[in-house]
Amino acid sequence: MNPLHSLTIGQAHEGLRTKQFTAEELTRACIDRIEKVDGSINAVVHRNFDRALQEAKKLDSNGSDFKHPLSGIPYLAKDVFCEEGVATTAASNVLRDKEYVPPFDSTTTKRLKKVGAISLGKVNTDEFTMGASTETSCFGVTRCPYDTTRVAGGSSGGSAAAVSADECIFSLGTDTGGSIRQPAGFCGVTGIRPTYGRTSRFGVMSMASSLDTIGPFAKSIEDLAIILEAIAGQDPLDSTTGSVEVPHYREMLTGDVKGMKIGLPKEYFIAGLDSSVEASVREAAKVFESLGAEIVDISLPHTKYGVATYYVITPCEVSSNMARYDGIRYGHTTHHPESLIDYYETVRSEGFGPEVKRRIMIGTYALSAGYYDAYYRQAQKVRTLIQQDFTEAFQTVDVILSPVSPSPAFAVGAHADDPVAMYLEDIFLCTQPMAGIPALSLPCGFAKAKPSSVAPSGAKEDGLHDLPIGLQLMGPQWGEGTILKAAHAFEQTTEWHKRRPSLGEDSQ
Amino acid sequence: MSSLTPDQVRHIAKLARLNLSDSEVARFTTELTGILQYIDMLGEVETKDVVATAQVTGLTNRFRDDVITDPLATPDALLATSPLPIVDHQIETPSAHG
Repeated sequence: MNPLHSLTIGQAHEGLRTKQFTAEELTRACIDRIEKVDGSINAVVHRNFDRALQEAKKLDSNGSDFKHPLSGIPYLAKDVFCEEGVATTAASNVLRDKEYVPPFDSTTTKRLKKVGAISLGKVNTDEFTMGASTETSCFGVTRCPYDTTRVAGGSSGGSAAAVSADECIFSLGTDTGGSIRQPAGFCGVTGIRPTYGRTSRFGVMSMASSLDTIGPFAKSIEDLAIILEAIAGQDPLDSTTGSVEVPHYREMLTGDVKGMKIGLPKEYFIAGLDSSVEASVREAAKVFESLGAEIVDISLPHTKYGVATYYVITPCEVSSNMARYDGIRYGHTTHHPESLIDYYETVRSEGFGPEVKRRIMIGTYALSAGYYDAYYRQAQKVRTLIQQDFTEAFQTVDVILSPVSPSPAFAVGAHADDPVAMYLEDIFLCTQPMAGIPALSLPCGFAKAKPSSVAPSGAKEDGLHDLPIGLQLMGPQWGEGTILKAAHAFEQTTEWHKRRPSLGEDSQ
Repeated sequence: MSSLTPDQVRHIAKLARLNLSDSEVARFTTELTGILQYIDMLGEVETKDVVATAQVTGLTNRFRDDVITDPLATPDALLATSPLPIVDHQIETPSAHG
C-alpha cells in the first residue's frame, strides 16, 4: 500500500473501515510527514498535534465503525478558521503577538468535528488572505513543493502546498478573488470555490464579506465532492447562506459528459498567456470533446474590468472589516498610549503589514465623500455587467473552461515592488466572485521551467523541472455538481492529478 | 489620471486610524497612485442605466424565531482574549479623554 499520508479520502476511509490501519496511525503518518518536509515549504503555522492524536485514539478505542467518509481523516485549515482552543492568527502580527486562541468554532470546523474529521492545525495564508503568494504572511512565504524557489500561490498557499506535499489528506481554504483556485493550480491539486452562500462564513475571519467563500482542497475531485457535501448548507449563524438544497455531489460523478456544452471564452486566451498553459488548456478542451462534450466559443466582454472592479470593491469591504482590529477585544497591544485614539493608531500601525494598510487606505479613499460615486458606485455597476456576462453565457453553455493563471508558479519576490503586477495574477479569477458563481481548479498538465534561482528540490538533471498547470471550470450559481461532474470525467481519462512533487527525501 | 499627494495619504491614514512614518507616506503615495491609475479604467465603462450590485444571493431580510439558543462561548472566555486588563468583567481601555 502507498504511504498513509499520500492516500485520498476514499482510500483512507476504506482502510479505516476495513481496519487495515487505525485513525491514530493515519494521523501519526501525516504528523511525521509534516515534521519531515515542512521545513522546506513552510505550510504549517500552528500545530494541533497532541489534540489530533488524542481524538484519533478516542475514535479507535471507542470502536468507531468510521461510517462517515471523513471520520478519522486528518486535515489542515487555513489560519483564518476559528477553532476552539487552537491558535488562529490570520498570519498577521495584529493577532500573532498576543496569540489569538478562539473560544468558539467556525461552522465549518464544527461540522467537520461532528463527523469525526481530525484537525492537525493551521496553515499559512497571506495576511488576512490579502495577496496571491503568501508573501504578505507574518510567518514568511509558503513555497511551491514542485520548486521551492517559487511561491505556492495565495492566499490559501499553505492549504494547497500541504495537500500537494501530502502533509494531510485534505485542507480548507477561502476564495475571495482566486485564493483557492490559484494556489491549487500552482501546487497541482484540486480546489473548489463554491457558490457564494453555499458554505457558511461564520467564524472565518472576513476579508470582503460580499465575495468571501469557504472551500476545500483535495487530491481528487471525488474527495472535493465528499468534503463539500459535509460542509455545505444553510447556517443560522450566516444569513447569507441560502436555503437551496445541497445535492449528493458524489452521486453526480458519473463520468458522462456526452452532450455537455463547454464554453471557451475568447477573453481568457490573450497576449501574455504562457504558451505551455495555453497548449495544456486547449488540449483539455480536446479531451472533453473526445468524451462527447461540445466545445463552444463564447465571449465574456467585461472580463478585462475584473481586476479593477475587484480592487475597488474588495478594499472598500476590507477597510470596514479591518476596523475591528483595534487592540481592545483581542490581538496586539501597546503600552503607555497618550489616548484611546493613539492606542488604536499604534496597535493598528504596528500590527498590520503593508498590503493590509494599502487596501485599508484604498478602501477608505474610495468610500470617502466626493469619491464614492466615481469608485465604489461605478465598481458596483460594473459588477452588474460582469454578472450579466455570465448569466448570458450560461444560457448557451453548461460549463465554462479556462486557464487558472496566465503562467505557472512565479518566483519568490517576483512582484515585491509592484502591487498592481501582483493583482494581475488573478486576472482570470476575479470575475466569478463578482457573479457569485462556483469555479474549481484541477491539474491539466505541466510546464518545463528553469529554476528561478538556485536549483530547487526536484530539479531534473538537465536543470529543467516540471511546474503544474491548472484548469479552471466555472458553473452557474448553485451549479457545483455540474463542474465537479465535468472535472471528474476529465480526471478519469487523465493522469495529471496523480503526480506528486519529489519532496522530503532530500530535506530536513 | 488619478494621483495622490503625500498630504492626501496622511489624511487617508488618519481616517483609517493608521500612523505612517515619512518613508511609508512616500512609499504609499507612489503605490496607491499606481493602483488608482489602474482602476481608472472603470471610468470608460458605460453604466448609465445599470443598477449597482452589492450582493448576489438574491436574499432579503432573513428572520429567525425569537428563541434562546445555547451560547457559542461564555462571556468570560470572550473577555479572556483581550490583551487589556479585565476589571469586574469589563475591559479597561486607555482613557478616551487623553
